[in-house]
Amino acid sequence: MQGMMLNRAKELLGNGTVNRVLGWQAGEFVYDITPAIFESAEELDANFVYNAFCGNNLSKYLIKETLKDGKVLVFLKPCDTYSFNQLLTEHRIDREKVYVIGIPCDGKTSGEVLKSKGMTGITGIREEGEEFVVETIYGDEKIAKADALEERCLTCKSKKHVAYDELIGEDGEVLDSHRFDMVAQLEAMTPDERFAFWRSQLSKCIRCNACRNVCPACSCEKCVFDNPNSGISQKAAADSFEENMFHIIRAFHVAGRCTDCGECSRVCPQNIPLHLLNRKFIKDINELYGDYQAGAEVGTRAPLTNFTKGDVEPSIVYHREGK
Amino acid sequence: MQKIGVFVCWCGSNIAQTVDVQAVSDALAKEPGVVYSTNYQYMCSEAGQNLIKDAVKEYGLTGVVICSCSPRMHEATFRKAVASVGLNPYMLEVANIREQCSWIHKDKAVGTEKAIIMGRAAIAKVMLNTPLQAGESPVTKRALVIGGGIAGIQTALDIAEAGFDVDIVEKNPTIGGKMTQIDKTFPTLDCAACILTPKMVDCAQNEKIHIYSYSEVAEVKGFVGNFSVKINKKARYVDENKCTGCGECTTKCPMKNVPNEFNLGMDNRRAIYIPFAQAVPKVATIDPNYCNMLKNGKCGLCAKVCGAGAIDYKQKDQIVEEKYGAIVVATGYNPIKLDKFDEFGYSLSKDVISSLEFERLTNAAGPTSGTLLRPSDGKHPHTIVFVQCVGSRDTSGCGKPYCSKICCMYTAKHAMLTREKYPDTDVYVFYIDVRSPGKNYDEFYRRAVEQYGVHYIKGMVGKVAPRADGKILVQASDLLAGDQLHIEADLVVLAAAIEPDKTARPLATMLTASMDTNDFFTEAHAKLRPVESPTAGIFLSGACQGPKDIPDTVSQASAAAAKVIGLLVKDKLTTNPCTAQPNEMMCNGCSSCEKVCPYGAITYVDKEFRMPDRTTRVRRVASVNPAVCQGCGACTVACPSGAMDLKGFSNSQIMAEVDAICQM
Repeated sequence: MQGMMLNRAKELLGNGTVNRVLGWQAGEFVYDITPAIFESAEELDANFVYNAFCGNNLSKYLIKETLKDGKVLVFLKPCDTYSFNQLLTEHRIDREKVYVIGIPCDGKTSGEVLKSKGMTGITGIREEGEEFVVETIYGDEKIAKADALEERCLTCKSKKHVAYDELIGEDGEVLDSHRFDMVAQLEAMTPDERFAFWRSQLSKCIRCNACRNVCPACSCEKCVFDNPNSGISQKAAADSFEENMFHIIRAFHVAGRCTDCGECSRVCPQNIPLHLLNRKFIKDINELYGDYQAGAEVGTRAPLTNFTKGDVEPSIVYHREGK
Repeated sequence: MQKIGVFVCWCGSNIAQTVDVQAVSDALAKEPGVVYSTNYQYMCSEAGQNLIKDAVKEYGLTGVVICSCSPRMHEATFRKAVASVGLNPYMLEVANIREQCSWIHKDKAVGTEKAIIMGRAAIAKVMLNTPLQAGESPVTKRALVIGGGIAGIQTALDIAEAGFDVDIVEKNPTIGGKMTQIDKTFPTLDCAACILTPKMVDCAQNEKIHIYSYSEVAEVKGFVGNFSVKINKKARYVDENKCTGCGECTTKCPMKNVPNEFNLGMDNRRAIYIPFAQAVPKVATIDPNYCNMLKNGKCGLCAKVCGAGAIDYKQKDQIVEEKYGAIVVATGYNPIKLDKFDEFGYSLSKDVISSLEFERLTNAAGPTSGTLLRPSDGKHPHTIVFVQCVGSRDTSGCGKPYCSKICCMYTAKHAMLTREKYPDTDVYVFYIDVRSPGKNYDEFYRRAVEQYGVHYIKGMVGKVAPRADGKILVQASDLLAGDQLHIEADLVVLAAAIEPDKTARPLATMLTASMDTNDFFTEAHAKLRPVESPTAGIFLSGACQGPKDIPDTVSQASAAAAKVIGLLVKDKLTTNPCTAQPNEMMCNGCSSCEKVCPYGAITYVDKEFRMPDRTTRVRRVASVNPAVCQGCGACTVACPSGAMDLKGFSNSQIMAEVDAICQM
């Protein structure tokens, strides 16, 4: 796959269709993948990678990239294309300046997951059917994908690309995932249990802002948390709960716009399951307004910014919660 | 630094009884920024207003907080007062310590504490107030009346009389409404058609009035003074301008068995029809559900006989767009369906009828040409039982909880007229109470009892059972005598409750006008603004607002017209300066605000910005048209980055209020 992508990228660079490529490169370790811009075939050959560690959603980087001159080639996995569409809907990306190649994805893992399974000295990774072959300095180790995939990949919502200029490989289908199961479990808790769950999770937060910085929906010119006029930036938290409010406010800000790409939880150094907050919103929106997938199409009116005569009445929302 | 004055009103004893006003003004005097604080018995009185004005002058106040009743009540009064002494009227805030405090608390200590907190919040807000200037918007000098019954007709005639253009939108082929189906009118017993049809003709002939018959309102946009309305003119398959109303087609149409809604299905009409002789406009309409030509492409007889060449089978629904300054709702009422009331046997016998059917049976233009005959066998009924309150004052859930108001009087009318015309008929009226307030109303009812010998029996009918021999057995209780009665009746007439027309609810949504739980339109103030909707520019006429008889409807219709005229004579309306304003530096251009704006006030523009690194960048940013923005604030909460703010209700002002309330 990496080879096919490299060849096509060099071709498109060569014939002038694009003048740079947005892809991935490895950091100090092979599993430290970081998004990167490549401007020549040499740079691509030297550093471009695509493997099971390349979980990063590249769509958000297009906001800055499309402000520049020229056209950029981007590789998008199926779930990334939803973020791409959502950003198009919000006029954050100039579509004319992007060339999108859709690439298939069989789920991603991470160095962290593999290390937690006792693997060290990791130097590479290959996919063989339902298994990852992890190359280490001690030799190859095999692990079933089901044991190594990130949570967001185990509950993958779609293998279908909703936006692309061309595809490499076969397009997939929207999947009947079980991504709301954990939300349902949280809903089944008593309010006290749920509060205790979130207090314990959110109290781990170190306010590194990684979740916000990576989130494609968090693309404001000026984030309220950085805006001196909002009265909340640079403010010492009065208590630990105020710190926790950061995540709740962020979940509200992305409600109806979050495509459930799962980047927030992926980058969280404290392993807080942040995506569950967003999924709760998605589940509620589905139940109250009918199924809605942010980013499935460009230009749709999300239920929260739309009004139809069939909209659920506030009293129904109230009664539903009262049960 | 702001210099703020606080004025605490006693509202007589309304506030002072449960709030220690002295304690409130003393406590608020200690708030930072407050240079003057006082309390007075009636702040809205001239003396109270002078107190405020004098303080503004004497202390050089830059902000004023009034702790009093709801701002809906007197905010305008106080704003005017401070403006008269040179303070910007938007530097004033009202803390509602009456409706939201004194009226809902019993404990004075609690009430006082809460009033202080509310005052504190208002002070925190006024600290951040900025002077605002009201703009102006033009008024379209044309009114729309939705519904062409007696209410709509009267409103339209009165508005036209004042010299303004009025359009009536009526969903039926003719205007006139329910009153066209009524035979006589209480309490004077004049014939409904005789007093109504001249008004219908006046409408048609008045050059200021345009009638859109067989039409419905499809979309309403805009705001007071500037509504834009789409009207769907349904295809009637007859060219209104060519049809002369000769009626030739309606006698030749071979489809003879179409239930005639004008006579409530008690006789038949043709597929092409003119509802009744005095219809306005007197134009034929083809019923597409029955017309053979429209259904199967066969026939075409009406086109052949039409001398005017008015028939057009290819006519389509047509959308007309018009601009209006004011909209009057006059959608009226309907009797409820009686299927649910099995105990009265409405669906079991043709001789159990509704009161409106009774009207048709006694009307000269009705199915029996005005002779009272039983629908089943066409014989004269000798014993008639009238049942009152069928579905009215019914809290069982089957009917309506309210009194339909008109039934007592029309039943008295029916009973009296029956005895007048057919003295050999026994007439019984079963009632819970007889409600006959109104000029000459009680006299009218007493005449039915005393002069015409109608048997009024207090008690409800328990069961109505049609018998095989054609008689109807009525079981009822006589509460005053403590008897069970069994009456063998020939005809039973049910006084069905009335309910708002079904089109009212979707219309209310289009107009953003509020309704009560029974789907009657809500008035802005039950006592003081009874013909205005709380939505500016929307007025209420007739039974859409609550059950009404004809005299009440006509009075209200004229009152609504007076309010419309009061609006349309103005060349310009002062706009609310509390409009939305985007912070362009923070705007992402995401369109969330544009999507939620119900007034279409937000557009996007590409604008060049100097960036911190001295480059320029073109960014897509929101732009608000202040003349169209109504200050609802939907955009401010939809904006993901908090770039949108509402003048006079800014995010920081609201946060300051919340902080002040949360202060210990």
